[in-house]
Amino acid sequence: MDETILLAHGSGSKLSHDLIEKNFLPPLANPLLARLDDSAVFDLSGRLAFTTDSYVVSPIFFPGGDIGKLAVCGTINDLAMSGATPLYLSLSLIIEEGLTLDELNRVVSSVKAAAEEAEVKIITGDTKVVNRGSADKLFINTSGIGAVPRGVDISGANAQIGDKVILSGAIGDHGIAVMSQREGLKLSVPVQSDCAPLNKLVSQMLEASPRIHCLRDPTRGGLATALNEFAKQSKVGIRIEEDRIPVRDSVRATCELLGFDPLYVANEGKLIAIVASQDADQVLAKMKQNPYGVDACVIGEVTEEHKGRVIMRTRLGASRIVDMLSGELLPRIC
Amino acid sequence: MKFIDEYRDAELGKKLVNRIEQLSTRQVRLMEFCGGHTVAIMRNGLRQLLPPTVEMLSGPGCPVCVTANADIDKAIALARLPDVIITTFGDMMKVPGSYSSLQQVRAEEADIRIVYSTQDALQIARDNPKRSVIFIGIGFETTAPTIAASILQAKEEKIENFYVLCLLKLCPPVMKALLALGEIKLDGIVCPGHVSVIIGSHPYEFIPRDYGVACVVSGFEPVDILLSVAMLVEQIENRKPRVEIAYRRGVKPEGNKKALELMGRVFESGDADWRGIGVIPASGLKLRKEYAPLDAERAFSITLEPVREASGCICGDILRGVKIPADCKLFRKVCLPEHPVGPCMVSSEGACAAYYQYGV
Amino acid sequence: MCLAVPVQVVSIQDTEAEVEIGGVRRRVSIMLTPEAKVGDYVLLHTGYAINVIDEAEAQETLKLLTEMISFGEDA
Repeated sequence: MDETILLAHGSGSKLSHDLIEKNFLPPLANPLLARLDDSAVFDLSGRLAFTTDSYVVSPIFFPGGDIGKLAVCGTINDLAMSGATPLYLSLSLIIEEGLTLDELNRVVSSVKAAAEEAEVKIITGDTKVVNRGSADKLFINTSGIGAVPRGVDISGANAQIGDKVILSGAIGDHGIAVMSQREGLKLSVPVQSDCAPLNKLVSQMLEASPRIHCLRDPTRGGLATALNEFAKQSKVGIRIEEDRIPVRDSVRATCELLGFDPLYVANEGKLIAIVASQDADQVLAKMKQNPYGVDACVIGEVTEEHKGRVIMRTRLGASRIVDMLSGELLPRIC
Repeated sequence: MKFIDEYRDAELGKKLVNRIEQLSTRQVRLMEFCGGHTVAIMRNGLRQLLPPTVEMLSGPGCPVCVTANADIDKAIALARLPDVIITTFGDMMKVPGSYSSLQQVRAEEADIRIVYSTQDALQIARDNPKRSVIFIGIGFETTAPTIAASILQAKEEKIENFYVLCLLKLCPPVMKALLALGEIKLDGIVCPGHVSVIIGSHPYEFIPRDYGVACVVSGFEPVDILLSVAMLVEQIENRKPRVEIAYRRGVKPEGNKKALELMGRVFESGDADWRGIGVIPASGLKLRKEYAPLDAERAFSITLEPVREASGCICGDILRGVKIPADCKLFRKVCLPEHPVGPCMVSSEGACAAYYQYGV
Repeated sequence: MCLAVPVQVVSIQDTEAEVEIGGVRRRVSIMLTPEAKVGDYVLLHTGYAINVIDEAEAQETLKLLTEMISFGEDA
């Protein structure tokens, strides 16, 4: 019989302590966490980046990852998008009563693996258990702290006219991988989530050029939404070429079947960089040396026209607006 | 992807545009009847590529857009009944009725599930024998046979908790009604490609014959649409309006006989209420008497509040091609995809949604 | 009414078929196209094949296209 998580596991009782000592400490081991004090205390100076995110993905296991990997990579990537070197994460779990210990252990393993790859330590955490029905199996919140190197100033408001827009690889993998698991759709889709920590890719890019103006990972809302955010924040136009945007065949096929536009599908291991045009080639070359940037390419540029809007040149040479995602992506038949 | 990529070829597209420019000597007005064509045209920026002598108007071929408020209200009332599971295509979720939408009602604890196929709705019925599973049957002739097939299957397997709210509509009658209204002068119609897979091309013959309007049955890729426009312009320039099929890989003149046979067994034609146009006789499908037990309208009793139309909404005029989205005072100001006032904005293939999303 | 996608029939079981496009597979109904055979391409709409794509007819469209274009190029 599967052991399951009970309300008592979250109550601060002996069961709670056992859970932490047996299931969380060993895989995530580090001196700060092992103290089990109410807060982790450490020295840090200089400019810091701080971010938080909650993860409620359903299903919690999907091809290419799970909610644990997502929770670590997502927050690490938010730090990396500010040019910060991620250092420490907090890990808070809200567990629905009835989750099996096996499922929990799998998630914790993923957390460990992702943190190790990114070389980030999880130094503080919390566990709560709620009644059946009050959470969808497992919710996770991670907050992260990183150090921003001197001279690095990356922001969505920094795009300059003439900059090049670089995309690190094919879009739509994560959203389609998760969607393919939705019970109703019964699609067998050979797509893995692209969930990955991008901090090392970003450090390498910063070595190649001090003129990386903007970075963003196109998560919910996809490439289209992230580009629109840049256009609005920087008060510039952005022009992209449909032909240049890489999309895997199986992602394209699933989008055809469901009536989705890959531009709006979520990614969890990709980034968009807006770079001074004279440095674009060397940044691209550096990216291609990293496993998460092999398919990196220039997809467009920043323009003076259409300030605040994103325009795409279609395959046929006409132009059309690429708007932000409004509402959710729903499968359609029309 | 075979049968798709070849029809997205940029070179072919450019050559077709050149041809259209050569052929076109005078102003013509074409209507793309089908919402899917409107989206394809907007998404590929085709309007920009066409010469100024060719004007394209969007038509009422969006089954979501033409669903009357009263019918959406019915679906919502059914959703609120106890022990009911509503199954619907995603397209219907956000469409506003008189007071609410399926999406809002789902948030209030109604059990509403998006399905990709009537087959999935049938499975939900099999899995939930103690509850009534009602499928919201919107669509034109493309979808009608799939709904007919599910009804026949339900009857054969004796699945007694499966029902359909039949809101199916037919294309040729509304095309006739529009032409008869005579509000706009049309020279040609881009006919709906997938509806025609089912009904064939013969049902459109009255259009050139009685109204002198050119007809080409078109596929949905940019090359398909440009080819169809070229063929329409050629017909019009030669003053030889007739029905032609450009979408040869999908459409036979006689349509899909098996699909038509299943439709004939399950449905009979009846009046239907088209938003913006009103009731058109014999323009919709109803379940035949023998299938009454599966008809949600007959099986459940619901009370409806008085039907309300959103003030200022001119979706009706847009659906008839009399106005374009830019003419609407609410467009882009009050009526937005995040809070749509009318179905032309909410439906993924509504003219307003397409213009808002893609229009430069 | 509009979203129908060309997919290839991989196997058939009674009134259902397994179809494939770009590596993605699904079980669909062939109740409306009982004549479909393994290897055929069909148009898929809401989980049903609504017609079998005739390669010869597909060639007809390409012919129409070529005629339309070459007429323009000769002119």
